[in-house]
Amino acid sequence: MSVAPALLVQNLSVEFRTRSGVVKALESVSFTVAKGETLAIVGESGSGKSVTAYAVMGILDPAGHVTGGTAMLGGLDLLSASNAAMSEVRGREIAMIFQNPRAALNPIRSVGRQIADVLIRHGNVPRKEAPERAVEMLRAVGIPDPSRRAKAYPFEMSGGMCQRVMIAIAIAAKPSMLIADEPTTGLDVTTQAVIMDLISELSSGTGMATIFITHDLALAAQRADRIAVMHAGHVIECAATRELFERPRHPYTAELIAATPDRAANLDELASIPGALPDLRRTDLPPCRYSERCPRKMTECDQPLPRSPAVAAHMVACWNPLR
Amino acid sequence: MTALAATVRHARYVMGENPVTGFAFALFVLIVIAAAFGPYLVPHDPFASDTIVALKPPSLRHWFGTDQLGRDVFSRVIVATRLDFFIAIASVVLVFLMGGLAGVAAGYFGGWTDRIVGRIADTIMAFPLFVLAMGIVAALGNTVQNIVIATAIVNFPLYARVARAEANVRREAGFVEAARLSGNSEFRIVGFHVLPNVFPILAVQMSLTMGYAILNAAGLSFIGLGVRPPTAEWGIMVAEGAAFIVSGEWWIALFPGAALMIAVFCFNLLGDGLRDIVDPRRRT
Amino acid sequence: MGNLILKRLLLAVPSLIGVVIVTFLLTRALPGDPAAYFAGPAATAEAVEEIRVKLGLDQPLIVQFVRYIGDLSHGDLGSSLTTGQPVAAEIKRRLPASAELTLLGLLVSMAIAVPLGILAATQPGSLIDHACRVVTTAGVSLPVFFTGLILIYVFYYKLGWAPAPLGRLDIFFSPPPQVTGFYLIDSLIAGNGALFVASLKQLILPALTLGIFSLAPIARMTRASMLAVLSSDFVRSARASGLSSFTVVVTYAFRNAMLPVITTLGMVFSFLLGANVLVEKVFAWPGIGSFAVEALIASDFAPVQGFVLTMAIMYVALNLIIDILYGLIDPRMRLEA
Repeated sequence: MSVAPALLVQNLSVEFRTRSGVVKALESVSFTVAKGETLAIVGESGSGKSVTAYAVMGILDPAGHVTGGTAMLGGLDLLSASNAAMSEVRGREIAMIFQNPRAALNPIRSVGRQIADVLIRHGNVPRKEAPERAVEMLRAVGIPDPSRRAKAYPFEMSGGMCQRVMIAIAIAAKPSMLIADEPTTGLDVTTQAVIMDLISELSSGTGMATIFITHDLALAAQRADRIAVMHAGHVIECAATRELFERPRHPYTAELIAATPDRAANLDELASIPGALPDLRRTDLPPCRYSERCPRKMTECDQPLPRSPAVAAHMVACWNPLR
Repeated sequence: MTALAATVRHARYVMGENPVTGFAFALFVLIVIAAAFGPYLVPHDPFASDTIVALKPPSLRHWFGTDQLGRDVFSRVIVATRLDFFIAIASVVLVFLMGGLAGVAAGYFGGWTDRIVGRIADTIMAFPLFVLAMGIVAALGNTVQNIVIATAIVNFPLYARVARAEANVRREAGFVEAARLSGNSEFRIVGFHVLPNVFPILAVQMSLTMGYAILNAAGLSFIGLGVRPPTAEWGIMVAEGAAFIVSGEWWIALFPGAALMIAVFCFNLLGDGLRDIVDPRRRT
Repeated sequence: MGNLILKRLLLAVPSLIGVVIVTFLLTRALPGDPAAYFAGPAATAEAVEEIRVKLGLDQPLIVQFVRYIGDLSHGDLGSSLTTGQPVAAEIKRRLPASAELTLLGLLVSMAIAVPLGILAATQPGSLIDHACRVVTTAGVSLPVFFTGLILIYVFYYKLGWAPAPLGRLDIFFSPPPQVTGFYLIDSLIAGNGALFVASLKQLILPALTLGIFSLAPIARMTRASMLAVLSSDFVRSARASGLSSFTVVVTYAFRNAMLPVITTLGMVFSFLLGANVLVEKVFAWPGIGSFAVEALIASDFAPVQGFVLTMAIMYVALNLIIDILYGLIDPRMRLEA
């Protein structure tokens, strides 16, 4: 890892204070993304993938609180930055696209104006030129007849088109980091591939780093340089894609890979891994949150987890790893 | 039986969780006592006028003061509870029957029944409700009975719509289908299987509209409809006291107005609480 | 857009027909003899008979209805028994007073309720959120005529800040030359500042009374829809794209949150137009409400009928305007049309 990291997250912990108790949603999450690299964060629903992204972006729900850690983007710690500083960085340095693109766009504002809003805010574009530049952005993300489409509203466009608009908004200010949170969920299969191609193309063209959040291990394998596997609010393993598939070290990762023989099934459908995610409101959570469903559990597993640094080539959080 | 026990437990839970509902219930009990026993409890004859003590501010002898004829305002406010309470109850029971039956018929039978009930409800809704109530009382005649009828009619769409929606859902429900297959007539099904299920929802609607019914009736009597002097009724008492506000005799209008406000407030809180008990999903 | 307006206009037609039928039936449903009713309590048998023929009450119902429609199309609402004046002219003369009061009342209520609802939604659990809850619960429980009397007692009798609650203008002033019929606007057109202040003084308390009355549903709806919108996906993504919090809350969240509030305005107008009658009585306001109340007391039915019909037509028209306004803000409505 000689390339300077675009984003370095260390020991990120997040809690949700709810009526039914404190949910320890993330605990000491660490990972890094290099410039021009694509990191996939993979995990079941509820494993903390999206919460990680929201915490880094500073858009957690009011109930969510960052209780520790740093997220360095250039020289700025995103987790301790002021609201004012964050709203300068968001959209300009680090941008995000979401699942369900239709709901993620303002339903009563034309897509051209929504792009123009961001351009005016970040792109140093004069108000007058913004509509024109918005049309260019639509063209850049491959929307046909962009000058007509700029006047359209989200409900008049397909899900795939809306996701292209979201991408146009995200890359409008040429950010150095893009977080894509399940960007193809809810789109049909061919559109999924086209959208993923578009994201790869844009990032390789500009040297933008990408975090790709998915529950689809096979998709992650196709698209990512490296993969971080999350389980119940922990990053349990992180390595280069090929390394991870050929030499998985964490028992959970190994189970996942074994359970995806044709690399097509997605994790939510997996029934072969015994047990479920533990209830994160529990006060007696074991240090290793997988230990209660783990076939390789030993007595050491009750000790605090061994942690390799975030920048390690093959990081694993386990007392009894494979190999 | 266990269902009843569960409901009671849930009710107790709601009361415990939400002391406001408990408070509203206590107020409700007071209102019912005043309505039932008011005439026997009051210190003075509510109709006895004594011009020597006219327009006296609140004192130990006359807690709420006296009005322009020297009548005791406290006694009149308490005694008025019965009439106001009666008007409100009578009008919600009436609309419960009219709106409930029409709505269930519309939702269950659909087709023309549905269209006619829907059209009637829409037409009523096309009027500002209080204005329509004024028109109805004017047309039917200036009596308390017609105030009850007018208040019931303007609430009709609300009840009919709720009942229609509930009956519509239940038309295809399993137990109704079962009753139909076992040879019950349609009217029997409606009477014994649909109506009993729609009732609790409508009962909540009743408690939610009680407050509005009182306000509507008091508004009508405030402008001189229905109740006539010297009857003790909150709306007309406020109207009588209105003339004295500008000369500073505030108590004549204030106390009946406050009684009206507290009653409406109590029914609104109670309605919200009752909805929480019957339909916990809609808690906000 | 033209399509939308046309479609809404067509939808309003059945409501209007219903309204006309109901007002017609109201007069014919009179218990006893409608002619006697129209003739008034003191009429002789001959006078009643004369009225019966004059009103066509000896004709079959359908003929009477056609005649009623014919009269309506000429703007004829009959004549008042007590004054002998045509009802339509009297309503036309008094309508601006009622409209000015109602609209100002709505304005007052919006000016308080909308910011209150927004602040409550953006700071849930805060003091202002609790204040909003108290206001919305108390607001629906206050009888509007009672609020008016309390305001008069405090601001006229105790503090002496407000003028006597006796109509639109102090007797020392004469009304401005009529342009819109709204004294506030007409006095400005006439360039008469003192007159503007004088009419505003008379308006403040009744408008505030109406405002307090209609505050609750608007504040409640604003708070609820603002809360829903603020936690929606598109506001989250607007935040993620770094838009300033002003843009997010006002341009993105607020405009969307206003859509359900506009829909509630229909119900609010139903309340306002009814409450208007009571407020006019409390403040001796010379509008159509007090006209109807006076007629009601005198058992003079034609003005009441004209009043009910006028109010209903205005209400249908207001709902139409609300629908069109909604369509202007929400592009999805335009497609539907």
